[in-house]
Amino acid sequence: MSRLREALGKGGFTFTGEIGPPKGTNIAPVLHEAEEFLKDCVVAVNVTDIQTAVMRMSSLPVCKMLLDRGIEPVLQMVTRDRNRLALQSDLLGAAALGIENVLALTGDHIVMGDHQGAKGVWDLDSVGLLDAMTKLESGTDLGLTMKGEPNALDGVPTFFKGCVVAPCTEEVEPQIIKLEKKVAAGAQFVQTQAVYDPRAFEAFMKRIAHVKVPVLVGIVLLKNAGMAKYMNKNVPGVRVPKRIVDRLAAADKKDVRKVSVEVAGELIREMKGMCAGAHIMPLGWDKEIPRVIEASGVK
Amino acid sequence: MIVTEMKPVDEILGMIEGEKGVFILCCGGCPEGYKSGGLSKGKDLAEAVGAKGVTVTGVAEIEFLCNKALAGVKLNRSREALRGADSILVVSCGVGVQAVGNVADFPVHPAMNTVSMGGRQGLWPGEERCHQCGDCLLDRTGGLCPITTCSKSLVNGTCGGTKEEHCEVDPKRPCGWLKIYQRLAALGRAECLKALNAPRDHRKYDFPDARRSTVLWALEVAAEETEEAVEASRGTDT
Ligand code: SF4
Ligand code: SF4
Repeated sequence: MSRLREALGKGGFTFTGEIGPPKGTNIAPVLHEAEEFLKDCVVAVNVTDIQTAVMRMSSLPVCKMLLDRGIEPVLQMVTRDRNRLALQSDLLGAAALGIENVLALTGDHIVMGDHQGAKGVWDLDSVGLLDAMTKLESGTDLGLTMKGEPNALDGVPTFFKGCVVAPCTEEVEPQIIKLEKKVAAGAQFVQTQAVYDPRAFEAFMKRIAHVKVPVLVGIVLLKNAGMAKYMNKNVPGVRVPKRIVDRLAAADKKDVRKVSVEVAGELIREMKGMCAGAHIMPLGWDKEIPRVIEASGVK
Repeated sequence: MIVTEMKPVDEILGMIEGEKGVFILCCGGCPEGYKSGGLSKGKDLAEAVGAKGVTVTGVAEIEFLCNKALAGVKLNRSREALRGADSILVVSCGVGVQAVGNVADFPVHPAMNTVSMGGRQGLWPGEERCHQCGDCLLDRTGGLCPITTCSKSLVNGTCGGTKEEHCEVDPKRPCGWLKIYQRLAALGRAECLKALNAPRDHRKYDFPDARRSTVLWALEVAAEETEEAVEASRGTDT
């Protein structure tokens, strides 16, 4: 059984991390960092799926490589690049490889990436993908036999199904409605978009109190004040308060990592009573993850 | 109205390379109305390719090239000019080019790119408002189409990419799903958003497969084909 499912079921405070597959075949550094810095301090590690539409190695084999190293993966799946046949087929493949945690996402638009002339698929959306997983678990799929009856699977997978939500988006009601739909379609845990405003997060958690699935708050390490400003300007649903931007701006160049880790640790400390865990997205600063967790005072 | 634009002259020159003479045929319908083509643009094109040494045997305009019968009759009047031509350069949308290729025994070259069917629904189809998905959702979306207003054609609500009320791909374009939410909320019908919408049935959405083979070539379909044939071509190819 998925360790993530188990940990979230127990009700402690759970950490997850994230890695991005390489652009190229050189997988060794990513695996090394995962073993070195993530393995012992997070319960599971998300593997991104062609994040921001920038072509990279596929998530599925990287998940399997993590599994082989004793690290539990969360397979991220966007609906941008594959139609319902390919998605379901990969889900069966994931199950056969022993990958249980799957996070369903819509995926950033093609034009945000480096293959702007590609075709965006979106045959399913994130709700449709969750529904597909639920169907597979019940022994059928999204298709029909020639007689118009549900197909029967030869061997049935089990997933621990996740979804995302942006708690600090400008108009939160549509996010909540969509979250309810995701849960109705089968979502069992939530990892959020980056949160930097604990008050806004608290208000959001109150509004979704009726949604009974564990929520891991998203923590993205801010590498410097410039990145914080960039996120404010360009990343939907993310707002870095001025006090954090100022703190990073005031930090000496050699101290900026330290400050970044402190900020992340403090955010987790402030929000740990509001949710089931934290999903740390280090964006390459993998080796800071143990320090963030230490700074949060959770362990 | 079908929205078109002229192809770059260099690309056109590449298409007609090695031909002794070309005849330029312009559509007087959408390209004229949209001011992207028409007789004057055809004459400009004649001049531009003429300057590169291409022999233009004539330039003509026919009202609607998509009307195959009309195109056939009127093209007859340009017999003389056509005699000296190796091919016809057609200044129209893709349908016009196909129609001319169908009625005239000549190689045809498209001089335009067909950009969209943006226009007045009813008079002319407009794909920017309705993508003819074949399974209309407007009832659940406050009368705003998610297929065309959302950059990802999502059917179950916003992707989370809304930024200052706009779509993640374009700060000038409002997020379709936010608009849908706002409209429904204003109508007191936000609960419509809670319905789980099934994935699209692309058999209904795509140009029906059966049509690919049956419309060779009858643009005045309804009148020419029997009702059964029209029915059959709606693509119940399960
Ligand atoms: S939902 Fe489909 S049929 Fe309805 S307006 Fe949009 S594209 Fe057209
Ligand atoms: S931001 Fe809005 S319009 Fe753009 S893709 Fe997302 S839901 Fe669709």
